[in-house]
Amino acid sequence: MPLPAPSASVRVVTFKIDGQDLSAREDESILEVCREHKIPIPSLCWMEGLSVIGACRLCVVEVAGVPRLLAACTTRVAEGMEVSTDTEKLRRYRRTLVEMLFAERNHVCSVCVSNGHCELQWLAQTCGVDHVRMPYRNAGYALDSSHEMFRVDHNRCVLCTRCVRVCDEIEGAHTWDVMGRGSDCKVITDLAQPWGDSTTCTSCGKCVQVCPTGALTKQGTSAGEMVKDQHFLPILARRRHIR
Amino acid sequence: MNSPATTAAPTAAAQPATPPAPGKITVATTWLDGCSGCHMSFLDMDERLVDLADRIHIVYSPLVDAKDLPEQVDLGILEGSVSNEEDLHKVKAFRKHCKLLVSLGDCAVNGNVPAMRNPFKLDAVIERAYRENVDHNPQIPTEGVPRLLKTVLPLHAVVPVDVFIPGCPPCADAIFYVLSELIAGRTPDPITVTRFGA
Repeated sequence: MPLPAPSASVRVVTFKIDGQDLSAREDESILEVCREHKIPIPSLCWMEGLSVIGACRLCVVEVAGVPRLLAACTTRVAEGMEVSTDTEKLRRYRRTLVEMLFAERNHVCSVCVSNGHCELQWLAQTCGVDHVRMPYRNAGYALDSSHEMFRVDHNRCVLCTRCVRVCDEIEGAHTWDVMGRGSDCKVITDLAQPWGDSTTCTSCGKCVQVCPTGALTKQGTSAGEMVKDQHFLPILARRRHIR
Repeated sequence: MNSPATTAAPTAAAQPATPPAPGKITVATTWLDGCSGCHMSFLDMDERLVDLADRIHIVYSPLVDAKDLPEQVDLGILEGSVSNEEDLHKVKAFRKHCKLLVSLGDCAVNGNVPAMRNPFKLDAVIERAYRENVDHNPQIPTEGVPRLLKTVLPLHAVVPVDVFIPGCPPCADAIFYVLSELIAGRTPDPITVTRFGA
């Protein structure tokens, strides 16, 4: 399905990514352009079809003349921009970010339903995380199995808020939201009530499919069995004209 | 408390009965808190083990008879997490006597399943395992067993580690790749062939 036609006032700009001359509409983000041109940048909270929040910082890039790192998902391309996506500094930052995600909660890959189908696991491998250098926090988080079809295991949540956004923006239910700060931060259903008691949840399962890890899963899945299908999202998002 | 840790203590008389052939790399392995699955995966190298036997000499391992860790070993391979005082002793002995130390498998690399007890208090874990879930004659063992550490740790939290091979278990191909690279004098990059939970 084609994207909505660009309005006539949108300009096309030219810029460089990793030395490669490229052009794109000025309302496109660096990350979108990279995805189009198969330039690999790791990302976690970003997902085609959902609003952009720039929370995970895994897609950070260096832009010539800008002293700080910028998230590729929240930065629009501009005329004459020179972007580097794969420098030693960026690799170091990304690796540390992934390690901190592993150290924060309890991602025990070997016994996870998403083992082998997990975006966090894949990120660890692509970012060269062969071990976590900081101490593990070892704090226990709750698991809610009260929903008859789905389950949330906060031990495996990375707080990307894809579930919150897909529930609000695509399904329109807004069952999910975020509560608490720092290490107490967690995704909640309704007003932090058990998922099974939710009066707003439509049991559509979109949150489960977009969850990058084994935090949101179907009931009855065993280790390695939870394979997610995210094909519905860009199709629905385009039909709703949400970009 | 009895110390079962003496098995790993190196002694002057700890040299293997047959000295390793010149040119062969000496290898020591052992398992800490794990399931020995990584060693089983090592054995899964199948016929490649025959060629490997020409290039390495296993001087200390659950797979061979030697009971003592020699004074100087080229390559130490450890499986399992550091969960009790015996594990702690073994890790330190391996670090001291091995030129290169390999952390083999998820338990050694990140704690994995043994570390799932970490969010709970140790007393609660012992109570659960030895009293609550026991029907007959529940008692907490105190003699002949090493004391459990409060927190299960990956190897690199205790000693410096040179090579990490994640995986539960790392597949035989990954172990073969790392050993081949090390034997050839190169630095392997195991994350290209294995990952957490693989």
